[in-house]
Amino acid sequence: MQNRLIFATQLIFTLIVAAFLIVPALLSMLAGVTVNYFQGIRSGVTLQWVMQVWSLYADTIARSFVIALFALAVTLIVGVPAAYALHLRGGKLARIVEEVITLPLAIPGLAIALGLLLTYGGFGDFRRSFLFILVGHVVFTLPFMVRSVMAVFSAIDVKTLDESAASLGASPWRRFRNVIVPNAKPGILAGALMVVTLSLGEFNLTWMLATPMTKTLPVGLADSYASMRLEVASAYTLVFFIMIIPLLVAMQLFADSGQGTQRQGTRQ
Amino acid sequence: MRLKTFIALCLLPLAAVVGAFFVLPMLRLIVVGGTGNLGLSAYAAILLEPRFRATLINTLVLALATTVASLAISTVAGLFLQRNRFPGRALLVAMLTFPLAFPGVVVGFMIILLAGRQGLIGHITTLMTGDKWVFAYSIQGLFLGYLYFSIPRVILTVMAAVEKLDPHLEEAARALGASPWGVHRDVILPALKPAFVASGAIAFATAMGAFGTAFTLATNIDVLPMLIYTEFTLSANIAMAAALSVGLGLVAWAALALARSFSGGTVAAAG
Repeated sequence: MQNRLIFATQLIFTLIVAAFLIVPALLSMLAGVTVNYFQGIRSGVTLQWVMQVWSLYADTIARSFVIALFALAVTLIVGVPAAYALHLRGGKLARIVEEVITLPLAIPGLAIALGLLLTYGGFGDFRRSFLFILVGHVVFTLPFMVRSVMAVFSAIDVKTLDESAASLGASPWRRFRNVIVPNAKPGILAGALMVVTLSLGEFNLTWMLATPMTKTLPVGLADSYASMRLEVASAYTLVFFIMIIPLLVAMQLFADSGQGTQRQGTRQ
Repeated sequence: MRLKTFIALCLLPLAAVVGAFFVLPMLRLIVVGGTGNLGLSAYAAILLEPRFRATLINTLVLALATTVASLAISTVAGLFLQRNRFPGRALLVAMLTFPLAFPGVVVGFMIILLAGRQGLIGHITTLMTGDKWVFAYSIQGLFLGYLYFSIPRVILTVMAAVEKLDPHLEEAARALGASPWGVHRDVILPALKPAFVASGAIAFATAMGAFGTAFTLATNIDVLPMLIYTEFTLSANIAMAAALSVGLGLVAWAALALARSFSGGTVAAAG
């Protein structure tokens, strides 16, 4: 009896927490397709706000995808070889490098953006192009790629693999391409999902780095929250959710399948 | 090609990108912070100038409150979810971790929908008491926003840590006559301490530096990221903005570094 009461109390508490997180998200999805949010759903369901968002902000949506894909390309080209090299080399220097590249996770985006502005703000063409934003996103997402790939390397004895390929006469580049990268695939994939998701949602850096001509989706969102009616802001948020939720689900499924094999030892 | 050369080549792009676009800008930030009208004393002004000091204290208190509240809430929910199996549990876990990748601005909007002028809470309180509660644009709203942001992260860490606990220890404690509360106090909670430190530090650092949520909500809340933003854009006081950014970065980094030296794992904040 007492156990049931404890269970019920904890369940209710957890439900309230879940409601706190989910209800506003649902409200925003609802408001985005409601004719008049103040009157409620009785006023009717409409796609007019979504259409309005599309006509006002389609460019921000496209730009966000472009930047996310560029960020992915750069973090792959820079991050995967670096993860391999840091893992193989090991030692103090590798630790220091790892420490430095993960600093952008601790330092607020605002500070990094200010630094970039103070250093490169004078280069007008660079400052005005989307590349300026891309640079910020790469700095911010790179540690996720490097760490995610390094995590795989430390799980699968990559040194032995590499040495056996070397003993068969494969050159370092060939080993990297044919042995290392295929084995690092789970880490690369997990890192890639993180990079794209984070880049699509990045605001702290982007708000400072963007110009009126290079707005991304989150920058447009902040704009609409400040100046548009609630329905339009909600419809815009709905568009963002539609973009981001498949990525979140993919990440979740991926984490479940990955951890499933690791966890077997600890679960009875 | 020798392996050593290949390793160096692998690290070259990383060194170029991180050097040019992170290390150099950070050094520049530190230099600019010390070379304004005030010179190096701009850094001292963070603590000495009453307006800046008040904002710093405000931000620290808010971040601490967020940390404590999200740890408490997430521990109760996380323990419950990991220790019980019931229909709908997976859905509940999914709901609790769903906002994980929401940017700060979106979190701010969620709070507007909850506690803004057309918000749900205002609607309910009008019906119940005739009084409309609107607090999205106050420090309470910001606190709620940071909670929204932190709970999913902390719950994930706590659940992972609970899963790794050795059930034999609890059984032993129970067999020795410990009460359920005693088992929690003396066995479970101490064993979860590394998870508390790690996820607490993330919650703290994130709440210190979160700009997006504050930007959406804070029309007149004094928190450090907003202060930096207004110093930079409105007052064009670039040196002070740089000095404040360096200070903010140091506090956030120190919190995470401290947590890491305690818990051993890698710890990172999120925007």
